[in-house]
Amino acid sequence: MITIYVPQDSTSLSLGANRVAEKISAEAKKRNIEINLKRNGSRGLFWLEPMLEVEVNKKRIAYGPVMPEDVEGLFDAEFFLGKTHQKSLGVTEEIAWLKNQERLTFKRVGITEPLSVEDYEKYDGFSGLRKAINLKPQEIVNAVTESGLRGRGGAAFPTGIKWQTVLDTKADQKYIVCNADEGDSGTFSDRMIMENDPFVLIEGMIIAGLGVGANHGYIYLRSEYPHALKILNEAIKILEGKNFLGENILGSGKSFYLEVRRAAGAYICGEETSLLESLEGKRGLVRYKPPLPAIEGLFGKPTVVNNVISLATIPIILSKGSKYYADFGVGRSKGTLPIQLAGNLKNTGLIEKAFGITLTELLYDFGGGSASGKKIKAAQVGGPLGAFVPESQFDVPLDYERYAELNAVVGHGGIVAFDEDTNMADMARYSFEFCTIESCGKCTPCRIGSTRGVEVIDKIKAKTDVEKNTILLKSLCDTMVNGSLCAMGGMTPFPVMSALKYFPADFGVETENIDI
Amino acid sequence: MKNDKDFGTPKKHSEKLVTLSIDGQQVSVPEGTSIMRAAAEVDTNIPKLCATDSLDPFGSCRLCLVEIEGRRGYPASCTTPVAEGIKVSTQTPKLAEIRKGVMELYISDHPLDCLTCATNGDCELQDMAGAVGLRDVRYGYEGDNHLASKKDESNPYFTFDPSKCIVCSRCVRACEEVQGTFALTIENRGFESKVSPGDTTFFDSECVSCGACVQACPTATLIEKSVIDHGVPDRKVTTTCAYCGVGCSFNAEMKGEELVRMTPDKNGGANHGHSCIKGRFAWGYATHKDRITTPMIRKSIHDPWQQVSWEEAVQYAAKELKRIQEKYGKDSVGAINSSRCTNEETYLMQKLVRAGFGNNNIDTCARVCHSPTGYGLKQTLGESAGTQNFDSVMKADVVVIIGANPTDGHPVFSSQLKRRLREGAKLIIIDPREIDLVKNTPHVKTNYHLKLRPGTNVAVINALAHVVVTENLTDEQFIKQRCELDSFNSWKDFVALEKNSPEALESEIGVPAQLIRDAARLYATEKNGAIYYGLGVTEHSQGSTMVMGIANLAMATGNIGREGVGVNPLRGQNNVQGSCDMGSFPHEFPGYRHVSDLETRQLFEKSWGVTLDYNPGLRIPNMFDYAIDGSFKGLYCQGEDIAQSDPNTQHVTHALESMECVIVQDLFLNETAMYAHVFFPGSSFLEKNGTFTNAERRISPVRKVMSPKNGYEDWEITQLLMNELGYKSNFQNAWEILDEIAQLTPTFKNVSLEKINEMGSIQWPCNDEHPNGSPTMHVDEFVRGKGKFFITEYIPTTEKVNNKYPLILTTGRILSQYNVGAQTRRTHNSDWHSEDLIEVHPHDAEERGIEEYDWVGISSRAGDTVLRAKITDRVQPGVVYTTFHHPFSGANVITTDNSDWATNCPEFKVTAVQLTKVNSVSSWQNKYKKFSEEQISFVNQQSEKV
Repeated sequence: MITIYVPQDSTSLSLGANRVAEKISAEAKKRNIEINLKRNGSRGLFWLEPMLEVEVNKKRIAYGPVMPEDVEGLFDAEFFLGKTHQKSLGVTEEIAWLKNQERLTFKRVGITEPLSVEDYEKYDGFSGLRKAINLKPQEIVNAVTESGLRGRGGAAFPTGIKWQTVLDTKADQKYIVCNADEGDSGTFSDRMIMENDPFVLIEGMIIAGLGVGANHGYIYLRSEYPHALKILNEAIKILEGKNFLGENILGSGKSFYLEVRRAAGAYICGEETSLLESLEGKRGLVRYKPPLPAIEGLFGKPTVVNNVISLATIPIILSKGSKYYADFGVGRSKGTLPIQLAGNLKNTGLIEKAFGITLTELLYDFGGGSASGKKIKAAQVGGPLGAFVPESQFDVPLDYERYAELNAVVGHGGIVAFDEDTNMADMARYSFEFCTIESCGKCTPCRIGSTRGVEVIDKIKAKTDVEKNTILLKSLCDTMVNGSLCAMGGMTPFPVMSALKYFPADFGVETENIDI
Repeated sequence: MKNDKDFGTPKKHSEKLVTLSIDGQQVSVPEGTSIMRAAAEVDTNIPKLCATDSLDPFGSCRLCLVEIEGRRGYPASCTTPVAEGIKVSTQTPKLAEIRKGVMELYISDHPLDCLTCATNGDCELQDMAGAVGLRDVRYGYEGDNHLASKKDESNPYFTFDPSKCIVCSRCVRACEEVQGTFALTIENRGFESKVSPGDTTFFDSECVSCGACVQACPTATLIEKSVIDHGVPDRKVTTTCAYCGVGCSFNAEMKGEELVRMTPDKNGGANHGHSCIKGRFAWGYATHKDRITTPMIRKSIHDPWQQVSWEEAVQYAAKELKRIQEKYGKDSVGAINSSRCTNEETYLMQKLVRAGFGNNNIDTCARVCHSPTGYGLKQTLGESAGTQNFDSVMKADVVVIIGANPTDGHPVFSSQLKRRLREGAKLIIIDPREIDLVKNTPHVKTNYHLKLRPGTNVAVINALAHVVVTENLTDEQFIKQRCELDSFNSWKDFVALEKNSPEALESEIGVPAQLIRDAARLYATEKNGAIYYGLGVTEHSQGSTMVMGIANLAMATGNIGREGVGVNPLRGQNNVQGSCDMGSFPHEFPGYRHVSDLETRQLFEKSWGVTLDYNPGLRIPNMFDYAIDGSFKGLYCQGEDIAQSDPNTQHVTHALESMECVIVQDLFLNETAMYAHVFFPGSSFLEKNGTFTNAERRISPVRKVMSPKNGYEDWEITQLLMNELGYKSNFQNAWEILDEIAQLTPTFKNVSLEKINEMGSIQWPCNDEHPNGSPTMHVDEFVRGKGKFFITEYIPTTEKVNNKYPLILTTGRILSQYNVGAQTRRTHNSDWHSEDLIEVHPHDAEERGIEEYDWVGISSRAGDTVLRAKITDRVQPGVVYTTFHHPFSGANVITTDNSDWATNCPEFKVTAVQLTKVNSVSSWQNKYKKFSEEQISFVNQQSEKV
């Protein structure tokens, strides 16, 4: 039997994967070729999607991007036997993009069928959970602490310390909340995990529950992720049926109940305290801290709030040991980071790499340079609140500490590239504009400051009192950085200040007059 | 001006003290206190806008940032708790820069009309702009802004001007945390965020006009219309609200003799800075054009009134009373006290009757509301008063509400109750009607609603007791130590009888037995069970029995004598407790001592210098009956409108018509005054000194904030009459009366003006044993020694439904109107409730072809009236309901003479009626209209000298 893989994640679907799959089935039927059509996840090579694969001699051969009109030709060329065609990409594992990665969290993504427990277990699935079940809660938390894992949502807070706090807080009820409200521009790693390997997230959440003593979990899922919603709900149902979820998991005497909640459609609800408010059914308003959610979180109970990637990384830490994971990376940035390449690049998609890789490698070796063929001027790293990194810093290794030194952030690992035609003052203005739309409106610096920010940049661009307004812009950024309640207002100035600092000419500011 | 010092965040109660340094100054505060509050304790005022000590911290304005040595960034002092040994700096160049930056943003979206703004000089935003030294708004004023936002002036008492709003959410939080109504929210997000009462105006929203949002607003966004009209007040006097029995403390904020606004006093023991629509806003009646300020007399009620001098009026009244007593005997005259008047006034009234009239014919309007409370609690516990303070509810684990509607009748207490319920206390409601707390109150869940048939209270309390006793849920230790065992045992045997089981009684009560069992178990098994009740308990033929039944149940479960428990009558009027305390009943001297008690009588005889009658006098209904019989001919009625508030109106007016001299003392020509021969214009609560005693026995000061428009404080008028009658009295002020009360009443022994000034208010007993008063009663032992159980046999009312009168009418109140409405109808409160409606269940309405807002004739064995219908399933089939706030409604034309067996408290809550669809008002209403129009015209006509 011939096995053909056509991905079914939302990226591939949006590029026509379903039509390709239908065409393949029809064509095979027409030609009387018996095939086994499997719907896997995307391997993360988005420029090659829909990328189909054929299994030949236990090796998978890739073709892409495949359009429905290519299908007949592929059959004619007997692609199902692994034969060459103009869309041939060779052995999948040998494609440089994939070969040069260190896939730990994403090890199964693109390989397995997302909802196949059999596939999942074949590739080490549930080995972490099976270990955790026999560990004491403190041992589970120790494993996470020792792995050096830090919050992959963007804040990079050590996951083990957060878990320890929840474990140490006495309460009649604790919760595990997965922050799946992935809203940073140019990011999609959470979505890929949820659509392509949902069990790894669920396994991570169960382990978290065992680790801190929580028996109830919620996945707060971005409202614009309909496919992930469907897949997660199916995955939960499947695992409940197999006693991985619910009462007395695998006969351990421990229980874990999991629900998916559709988010409110607001960027701010990705901020953990707003998320908790929203999850409680209230307006997504930022809470002040302390109390930390780990002490008073959901419904006032101790709560682990972790990002999808953080939680999906837990199973491999448990199954292979903390040292295995901690051996990847550099300095205090241990392990790997799922990096999402987007923007003006030839090749975009997901790369999981150990910390320490540079933008030069990412943008050119992986990304293949700009899509426009022009010079890359800057990259925004870490989402809409991340700084613009100029070409002069492309060789700085990507790790939390080195980036902090640049007044930049790694964030959730999203990288958006801009070519030389981009006016960075426009981008700075957009950062404020984004904040005016997405601010929760609670604190004054963010609520009013973002609107004033747009106006001040407009004045500078219109050459109105440039010097005075540039000073005002800096003063406003200072008020927002130091005065805001949460990172939304506190970090919006990061891209603005970096744009002003590295590209003053785009603002029409003459640096000899103003200290920027 | 608004209030005293604002510490920014609420007080924390912790044994553990934390010491920190603020700008180099050491301060020790309870653990959990915010840095902001700790700083305020040592008079270091950190700038703030979104923080106020009545609300939980929010952390939005970002003005209160501080620096803490060794910590990163600039934490907000309102949300950051103190920690041992930290060193806080509240003023540094960097903090000044950030604060100025934030303030600059605020002002860049704020109108620059300070000089013409209603809160100029009383605005926190203005103060803070000054405090941070803002001198320049570098953004200019041409940027995006909210200055063109439209004002909402729909509420008659305050305006909402979003152009001045700084989105601090204090109003939204006050509506949630303080009031518990959740009428306000913030709409949209980011720069578009705005305060909103939902998709409607303030008036049409869920807002209950409690004023908490106005109180919380730091700018002129939410502001009283009276301040817009008159400007910011320049002085304030702390006084006590004259509406319900909650007894809120208010600051009357004045400009000269003019009252500009009433704001709740944050130091108020009963209200802690909260208020309701009545106390906060409905004070305009005091200067309403209907108010009469000149004394009037007339020979016959069919004559026009003649305006006369005080001297002449008092002389005429005294002459008439003397003439009547001469002709018909000493006992042919009497007086009725009002629970609206001060302790000093009611004390003096009963003194006038006992010492001046020489009889005991004094009664009070408590007769028609809480007399069974006085009787029932005295019998069982030993004192005619509620056992707790209001704050006690914050420690209750299960609250039982019987025949009360706190969100309408006792709104400020209900806010505290709702806060406790939101914290998770359980709730049992025993009421024939679905009051708002049942399922119309946000974030409040009623565990059990026993929707009983009106008149079956005692059956319910017996069934609850049956479950407690037969399922061994009694508190044996408490009973053994604190109660009379014999009485307990006979009570126990009685309630254990099968006839008292929920199953035996469920068809009578109309509530499934299981529900009663579950409710009983919940009450008996939670740690602290507190019972709150209202007139739905007392105004029945077995009102006193029910009060005793409640006390029995509380004692049997050990729910008395500590915080969080108790038996709590929710008193309807501001001074029901006080007027009863002051000897307003015909059988009791002040302090609930019987007139036949020789020792007490001798005490009063010695002090008053007269011989006192040892026979109890007439109760109100007796006065009416005797008037019709011809032996009761003269009545002095102060501050009560018996012609509207007492049952069977036609009987009451017949009695009034039968008397030869009716003296009415009131602010307005009320319904009773239409039958009067002498009218003494009264003074409002703003125009006199004295004290009110609220439902929690709290004696609070009433202070004269303006001179009486009628020339005299009410007590002075009584004293004039006393002197004219020949009993000499020479009190120089109300406080001297208070001193006499304290001298003669053991439970008031240590009460004095000085003490009240010092403590703000005092809960009696206040004596040598409890020099600072008693928040909780019966702590170690009952006032009567051991608690006594009484057998409470259920005897169904004789007011039965039949084919002719198949429905039961029951009555209640609404938030915006107060009682007979004499005051609130003369304010904008009527904008919310301009007429009384009859609530009918859809089934009963359909059977009779009645549709929403149809005119409906209501007939009972006593009379007929007509009201418009409101069709709702809040009432159960077979039961109809109305309010009685408008005289034209004639609600009491229908109610009957039935009353409580022990106290004659009328059975207002059960009247058998029939409803029919009609086309016009009733004949009584036509007659009433004609009569009242004529009477009003008599005020303005001149007549010949009497």
